[in-house]
Amino acid sequence: MAHFDEKAKPFSHQWMNDRLAVDTVKKVLSTEYWIPKNINFLWAMGMILAATFGLLIVSGIFLVMYYQPDTKTAFDSVNYTIMTEVGYGWLWRHIHGVAASVVFLIIYIHMFTGIYYGSYKRGREMIWLSGMLLFVLFSAEAFSGYMLPWGQMSYWAGMVITNLFGGFTKDFLGGIGNIPAVVEWIRGDYVPGQAFLSRFFMLHVFLLPLVIIGVIVLHFAALRIPHVNNQDGEEFDFEESAKLYKEDSKKESKVIPFNPVFLSKDIFVMGIYFVLFFYLVFYHFEFAMDPVNFDPADGLKTPLHIYPEWYFLWSYEILRPFPFNVGLVAFGFAQVAFFLLPFLDRSPVVAPANRRGLFKFWFWLMLVDMIVLTVMGKLPPQGAWTIVGMVAAIIFILLFILLPFITKNEKKA
Amino acid sequence: MKEFKILAVVAFFTLVTYWGVEPFAHSQMHKEVESNNFVYDGKADIEEANNAIEVAKNITDAKKKATVLDAANKKLVAKKAFWAEVSQISKLQGNAVAGEASFALCMACHNGSGVNMGGVVPPKLDNAGSLYDKNYLIALLKDPAMASNVDHKYADTMMHPMGTIKTMITTPQQIADVVAFIKTKKVAKLTPEVAFEDACGRCHANRYGNLTQLGATPKFKTEQEALAHRVKVLDEQDRIKAYMGKLPPDLSIMSRARSEIYMETFIQNPQSQLPNTSMPRVGLTSEGYGMVKAYLEKTGDPSKDARHALGPWVIVFFIIFTMLAYLWKKSQWKDLH
Repeated sequence: MAHFDEKAKPFSHQWMNDRLAVDTVKKVLSTEYWIPKNINFLWAMGMILAATFGLLIVSGIFLVMYYQPDTKTAFDSVNYTIMTEVGYGWLWRHIHGVAASVVFLIIYIHMFTGIYYGSYKRGREMIWLSGMLLFVLFSAEAFSGYMLPWGQMSYWAGMVITNLFGGFTKDFLGGIGNIPAVVEWIRGDYVPGQAFLSRFFMLHVFLLPLVIIGVIVLHFAALRIPHVNNQDGEEFDFEESAKLYKEDSKKESKVIPFNPVFLSKDIFVMGIYFVLFFYLVFYHFEFAMDPVNFDPADGLKTPLHIYPEWYFLWSYEILRPFPFNVGLVAFGFAQVAFFLLPFLDRSPVVAPANRRGLFKFWFWLMLVDMIVLTVMGKLPPQGAWTIVGMVAAIIFILLFILLPFITKNEKKA
Repeated sequence: MKEFKILAVVAFFTLVTYWGVEPFAHSQMHKEVESNNFVYDGKADIEEANNAIEVAKNITDAKKKATVLDAANKKLVAKKAFWAEVSQISKLQGNAVAGEASFALCMACHNGSGVNMGGVVPPKLDNAGSLYDKNYLIALLKDPAMASNVDHKYADTMMHPMGTIKTMITTPQQIADVVAFIKTKKVAKLTPEVAFEDACGRCHANRYGNLTQLGATPKFKTEQEALAHRVKVLDEQDRIKAYMGKLPPDLSIMSRARSEIYMETFIQNPQSQLPNTSMPRVGLTSEGYGMVKAYLEKTGDPSKDARHALGPWVIVFFIIFTMLAYLWKKSQWKDLH
């Protein structure tokens, strides 16, 4: 048994400290968790994501109390019961819908911040990988949630996406991925129906959130040892800087404690974000709620245009312009490509992309290419749009193939 | 300042993406239909007939082309003649007193008994003068199928459930008189719900507004009564289905599912947005449509008032929150640089 003060009163500070090491935990996770001082507001995106995820959980809890996962009543439980009969049901629903869309905008900003400042390599690989895993999990969470209102777009997006698995036949890559009847197995039926809805309901409200929370903990933990990157990719001794800070040489020190200094800036940025967020919730929520989904699901009536929510459009467009099997491989590649980033980038330099020679062009081209893919993914596949989409998809794949070559001979800045 | 530069870059790419997937993509996905401002002059009908001729010209099979082209040409002539006559009648001075006598003929069917006749329940006419446009009413009395632009459904427009009107009210002056009577005597202060029930409610349900094709569903004391009523509704829906080809959609949240411009142009001429639909033109006045729209918005977006009442408070709260957070941040960072 470790040392502990027998005279300490139960639940007093000393008593708790002997049992839970509260002082040490507070130091490690908060007051002596050192963050570089040389940062900008983009470093607040992590906390903004955490806050938005919190909003999704809270609003989701209220919604799940009234939502009915039944193909006959799901649509009206969302659009009537929650919207008219439940006190402030409309508010929770709009918060949930807008947050589900905005969370992806922040994820993309967070991701491209990481890419721009080179925060995915030289000891930070696990942060990047756990982050990408979160991206995939959030995508699954968003997709499963989109099924729940059981509108036309829920039904037909569910149909189209599950149909993708129909590509695994004996014709796929010489039969190595031949899984017969996998589409029916996923749906639990020949078409999306009750089994499909119940399954996605379970995934959306239980399994996926549980896994997401676990991976968020991993993501935070992965950050603690290699420390947060800074605006110049500068490597310095955190211990030494921390010592300076504690000796009150704050100006000379390169670090600040997470709490309260870093947090004070985070919360300020979060305030600005919430003003914008609630403006969207109250006055401009349509972008997050597709009109087509306000028509109840009808298996006999295919909508004129079927498209995913905006945050999936870039990968959808990588799938679409090619013949089915090629598209499926390209789509699969797009899903894992960003995971490979730390290993494809062969340069040891951690610095902003603009100071990294050819990588500068790689970064901006990738950003623009993904926006082009996103827009093309929504447009009907007709005429010139198909060609633009195909070129953008090929550029996307080429950029990843070229990455090791353009970073290999990068000079140290 | 560097942070503002970074913010500008982030905002720029965000807004470009938003523009691309929202306004731009939607402008490419939906064909543009212009509103005729609730004027019923047959402009769109004649244009459609013209377009049909262009389409017919591209048919490769010579024999088929000849038949289709001939039919299309005939339709164009018929449409032009029809709307020209409507315009002529519109100029006549109608006599409301004389019109009242002819109007009695209408009451044989439009009596509010709620009995389905030939597919639908004939509409009540108590508010017809406020709801429907004068030109449209003239056209309707002349030839209901042509007026509502669903003549493609009938080999002979006499087959329209109201087709026999052509044998009942025959002269232009008679038409002008009846319309004058309707436009002066059958006017009422409309409410959104009444406008919806009169103009849309005989074919379209609105379950969020508790409306079926038989009107508002009352509260029943026993399950038997409720089921008996349900059977009546199903029977009525079957009759409408048989007549229209499918059950017209419930309109509870149509205002969220379609854009404002879509609704406005669709109601003036359903063919413009859904070619060959069996939905007839309703002939609403701008004011009548305003009432219908108000009802659809009430059932489709019931939280609008609550949203607008609460929104400013939440936003002001976060503005104050942000200002306090800024002061805190400033105090925390003052010794750092």
